[in-house]
Amino acid sequence: MSEFLTFTLTGLGTGTTYALVGLGVAMVFQVTGVINFAQGDFVMIGGLSFASFAEAGLPEPVAALLALLITTVVGALLNLLVIRPARRANRERLVILTIGASITLEGVALLVFGADSHFASAFTGGDPISIGGARLPRQYLWCALATVVAVVLMWLFLTRTRPGTAMRATAMDTDAARLMGISPARMSLLAFTLAAALGAIGGIVLTPLQPPDASVGIPFGLKAFTAAVIGGLSSPVGAVFGGLLVGLVEAYATGYISSDYKNTLTFGLLLLVLLIRPTGLLHRASVVRV
Amino acid sequence: MSEQAAEEKTPSGAGDGELVLSVTELVAGYDRIEALHGIDIEVRAGEAVTLIGANGAGKTTLLGTIAGLLKAWRGRIQFAGEDVTRWSAERRTRAGLALVPEGRRVFAGLTVEENLHLGAYSRARSSTAEGLATVYELFPKLKDRRRQPAGTMSGGEQQMLAIGRALMSRPKLLLLDEPSLGLAPLAVREVADALVELAGRDTTLALVEQNAQVAFHVAQRGYLLDRGRVVTAGSVDELRDDPRVHQAYLGQPAQ
Repeated sequence: MSEFLTFTLTGLGTGTTYALVGLGVAMVFQVTGVINFAQGDFVMIGGLSFASFAEAGLPEPVAALLALLITTVVGALLNLLVIRPARRANRERLVILTIGASITLEGVALLVFGADSHFASAFTGGDPISIGGARLPRQYLWCALATVVAVVLMWLFLTRTRPGTAMRATAMDTDAARLMGISPARMSLLAFTLAAALGAIGGIVLTPLQPPDASVGIPFGLKAFTAAVIGGLSSPVGAVFGGLLVGLVEAYATGYISSDYKNTLTFGLLLLVLLIRPTGLLHRASVVRV
Repeated sequence: MSEQAAEEKTPSGAGDGELVLSVTELVAGYDRIEALHGIDIEVRAGEAVTLIGANGAGKTTLLGTIAGLLKAWRGRIQFAGEDVTRWSAERRTRAGLALVPEGRRVFAGLTVEENLHLGAYSRARSSTAEGLATVYELFPKLKDRRRQPAGTMSGGEQQMLAIGRALMSRPKLLLLDEPSLGLAPLAVREVADALVELAGRDTTLALVEQNAQVAFHVAQRGYLLDRGRVVTAGSVDELRDDPRVHQAYLGQPAQ
């Protein structure tokens, strides 16, 4: 029983970071109509640069800020150099472009960081905390805390600021937003930059638990996609729920079967959702525009 | 008599204000289907102009192309002294060209006030309060519902919101696409009254309207479109008696 509780708690802990990354996928899709398969590379770049700076002796908060900065710049560049020049392309082509960008980013990461994993120690030392007999390493709490803070900040941005409201308007009706003087190209840039920041945060807090290497981008991208699809690609709550579910499936697979199967089962979940409920497990009919 | 009106360079009843919009030999359409085959119209400062015609005449295409949502294939659109033919829709909005689109297109999930704030997106933040006051004065109902999601309001209220939202940008020219379509009779009246009020305040507007009563009530002059061409133009009184106008509205040969 305490074993089950441990798996559940660690699953929810890592799940919060998948939720964060899945939120990035859902947001970009809502604002631009593009499914960004390079979202996982933001996690990879965030995690690898954080670990590399930490290994080089920089204090962890500084390393984290630098990693966040670098990743958001990569997100902005991805938008400006790949998505914007192809803005007249249809959505299918844009998806292929993001897959190409993902492979390119992995190649660049191999050159910059090498093929090996990079490590960072947990943010705070101390023994794992005990919850009802289960022992949970403290880093999982950092994951949950980072996710909660990032989600709240994102919510405040989207509902309380002018660019945030403009982004929501673009997601609801792009042409009507243009009639307000809102530039879809700028909103797309903003969405990619924010999604990159979310990915970076996920990558940074997860580094002590899952030391990243240059190849983790694609599995992360697929997990984020799974999380977002479970939420129907449209609801932030759905993406968070999806992320937690992916985390749980992965933790149970690792704990009860073998870590070799964790990706297989996660992507099995994706297939299942796409086959049975392609509109998402949590999808409800959206508000009708009269 | 009406043929003569069509040949006139300056349609009778045209104001002598500054030229705000001038469309020259405009050709445009959807995908590969040409819907406008060389349209010439102009709107001067302070006047209210209506574009009338049967379904498929190209009225919505024309407004969409003027607003920049559709590309002009050929021809020229000049607005406020500038050639805006190649400008994006958002740039035209910032320059003072506002379209109230067909079907209202309010942001259903946002509140009334959020919608209005977005209408002022192209303007300095400091002017928002003044804009809100003007809109709430014109449509007091919107003020009562300012915290309500736009999607939960009636069609008439949504139309008022769509018009108010466009006014928030303080447009030099307000384009309206079928503002009375699908509204209850009482709401049609309210919207028409608001447009008359706006026209009386020297708002320059161009109105596409299938409700002839509304169109002729609001506008001083108009253009009759048929299958992508301007058939005739003239004052509202001239158009009212034109058999081709009757045909366009009733969809049957003139009596």
